[in-house]
Amino acid sequence: MTVTAPSSTRPGASSGEPFLVVEDLTVKFPTEDGQITAVQGLSYSVEKGKTLGIVGESGSGKSVSSMAVLGLHDTKSAKITGSIRIDGQEVVGLSESKMRKIRGRQVSMIFQDALAALHPFYKVGGQLAEAYRVHHPSASKREARRKAIEMLDRVGIPQPDRRADDFPHQFSGGMRQRAMIAMGLINDPSLIVADEPTTALDVTVQAQILDLLQDLQREFDSAIIMITHDLGVIAEMADDILVMYGGRGVEYGTAKDVLTRPQMPYTWGLLSSVPDVAGDTDAPLIPIPGNPPSLLKPPPGCAFNPRCLHKDKVAGGLCTSQMPELLESPTVPGHLKRCHLADPDAVYQAEVLPVIAPETLEENDPR
Amino acid sequence: MTETNEPTTDATGGASFADLAGQEHQPPRLDPDAPPVLTVDNLRMWFPVKSSGVVSRTVGHVQAVDGVSFEVPKGGALGLVGESGCGKSTTGRLITRLYKPTSGSMYFGENRQDIAAMSNRQLKPLRRDVQMIFQDPYTSLNPRHTVGAIVGAPLEVHNVVPKKQVLKRVQELLEVVGLNPEHYNRYPNEFSGGQRQRIGIARALTLNPKLLVADEPVSALDVSIQAQVINLLQDLQKEFDIAFLFIAHDLAVVRHFCPEVAVMYLGKIVEIADRDTLYKSSHHPYTQALLSAVPDIKQAAVGGRRERIRLEGDVPSPINPPSGCRFRTRCPIAKEICAKVEPPLMQIGPRHKVACHFPAELGKAPQHPVTAGLLGVDSQGSPDAGVTPTAIAEGPGYEKQWFDLQRREMVSA
Repeated sequence: MTVTAPSSTRPGASSGEPFLVVEDLTVKFPTEDGQITAVQGLSYSVEKGKTLGIVGESGSGKSVSSMAVLGLHDTKSAKITGSIRIDGQEVVGLSESKMRKIRGRQVSMIFQDALAALHPFYKVGGQLAEAYRVHHPSASKREARRKAIEMLDRVGIPQPDRRADDFPHQFSGGMRQRAMIAMGLINDPSLIVADEPTTALDVTVQAQILDLLQDLQREFDSAIIMITHDLGVIAEMADDILVMYGGRGVEYGTAKDVLTRPQMPYTWGLLSSVPDVAGDTDAPLIPIPGNPPSLLKPPPGCAFNPRCLHKDKVAGGLCTSQMPELLESPTVPGHLKRCHLADPDAVYQAEVLPVIAPETLEENDPR
Repeated sequence: MTETNEPTTDATGGASFADLAGQEHQPPRLDPDAPPVLTVDNLRMWFPVKSSGVVSRTVGHVQAVDGVSFEVPKGGALGLVGESGCGKSTTGRLITRLYKPTSGSMYFGENRQDIAAMSNRQLKPLRRDVQMIFQDPYTSLNPRHTVGAIVGAPLEVHNVVPKKQVLKRVQELLEVVGLNPEHYNRYPNEFSGGQRQRIGIARALTLNPKLLVADEPVSALDVSIQAQVINLLQDLQKEFDIAFLFIAHDLAVVRHFCPEVAVMYLGKIVEIADRDTLYKSSHHPYTQALLSAVPDIKQAAVGGRRERIRLEGDVPSPINPPSGCRFRTRCPIAKEICAKVEPPLMQIGPRHKVACHFPAELGKAPQHPVTAGLLGVDSQGSPDAGVTPTAIAEGPGYEKQWFDLQRREMVSA
């Protein structure tokens, strides 16, 4: 997919537009303590057959923004502005009855906790069949059941005709996750939003599920939004990465650019605070100090400035007074970052990389 | 590293990246001569399965932990990894004696007392030496107690300090784990997840334990907070000379924290070795599959997915584990012998033990089982009258002699 600066994308559906376009999305929730700005000025796009990874800590707005794509926010309490276009159709402000036609059909969601997302009183096969019949009103019960069994088989559940009559609690964790993926895919959606789909699973099961998602993506040419905090999963799955912090996108580019030449101190912090399974065992973990910012009363200037270890390199206290724009990096075309640092590449190469991955220095050619 | 709730204040304390990188947070090296603080020998925990109905008879057992042996060196750290349901958490709970083991022994401390068979009364003085850190910082703290009461409770239970000094000690502890000591009268809900985990750690430290059982201590936390807590645990380990049994499913975190790692599968240890051996030259197909399944950030430079060993299916039920080797139902290299004979946990290097009939590095599995001669069976696993079985040491520690895979004979250092 092409990464475009938010200002250069023209509004309105054009034939060459990516399948999902989110533009200047803002989600606000009024609470007793004041208005919470959960997502602000967020723009991204996903093309069919591609995967966008969204990374960030809890409270960074990654789930809220993707729930807005599915129209899952209560319109009475959430104030959503901006534009979300699915296949050219604007969904912000769409009526619930029209949204219901899109949800599950064109866009579906895979949740983190399959035990909570499946109904405990209904059989797995029945829940899948229901998802099918909602969007295929003419289908008979038998047809829907056959489709459900076919999908269970497709996601690798053994003896699907028998297991369709099981209740969710009779499935193992990995099987439940598969069943939920089957339910999400039963109407061949063009966009799948996967919210931490493997976080609760073991690595071996996680690998199975990720393989499955990739196979299905290839088969159905669907677009995937993958929300996770596991940078390893993102590195292997995503074509593009959007890093979110405090409700805003802070870095956006291709997976390779963002993970090998990150330009924003928050991304550096994420990379330096996870140990690498193959790296040097002596490489220290450098945590990001402090906690995620309050969305009620965000810090002045850059939202990351209270935790930033590099703000002394910016002259004039700009970081604490002025919110940086999400701008294209001068060195890497198509790589957007929200940071005042003049030459982040140099800082990363000189300071961060030697500490977090000394063994990669030889392989890395500083261009 | 002090955390604050006020977003506008500077959380960095004026430190730069280089300052933080310069702080020593490395775990102590593997000390091969360190005396064990805990020796676990053939530990077994079978939970009875009762039939339904008025008369509930025992119809079977969940073999949660079935014959596990290992040592935790003084001031060291042993990592315990495996999929959910493999018995790693049960092992941790057995060591803290939250469960009474079915059989086996656990020798703890300098006097090497067996804590497996002790009564609760006998255990009480020992309990202060073994403490636990729990996974979920939201459910492991009582929401109706203040932090001061939570951290101070162990002091009162064990009558360590006079009542008047409890508060002083609590404040000391809060400072040690990087919390504001003035917050002792706050309730857990006023803290973030990372801060709550620090409270849990402070509570575990209250009685100066010799061994800390950390059951998934960071898996419920955000990535950036995980690193803070891991670094804190490493600092504490160095400062107070605490030994850790570190239970986790995140292989990268375990590798960072533990000089020695044991891999469990269905209630048994299948491979145990020092860190470098296990992660660079693992000899058990399960360890290899686990390691190949871990997503790697470096893959971003290459693009696409890594080649991995696909394990089919799920972990079998521990009520009815497979005969012979428990991993054989999912093992890519399983042969006939694996169904008949259970492979012993055999030492194949100075600090490397593996339970497999065909131990080798990935892709180099031998044609014939290396264990056949030792166990007195032929290569199909049937008893062989012509061969006398060799005694294989299955004790908790490492021997001076081990079976060399290349030469197929016992060698010594």
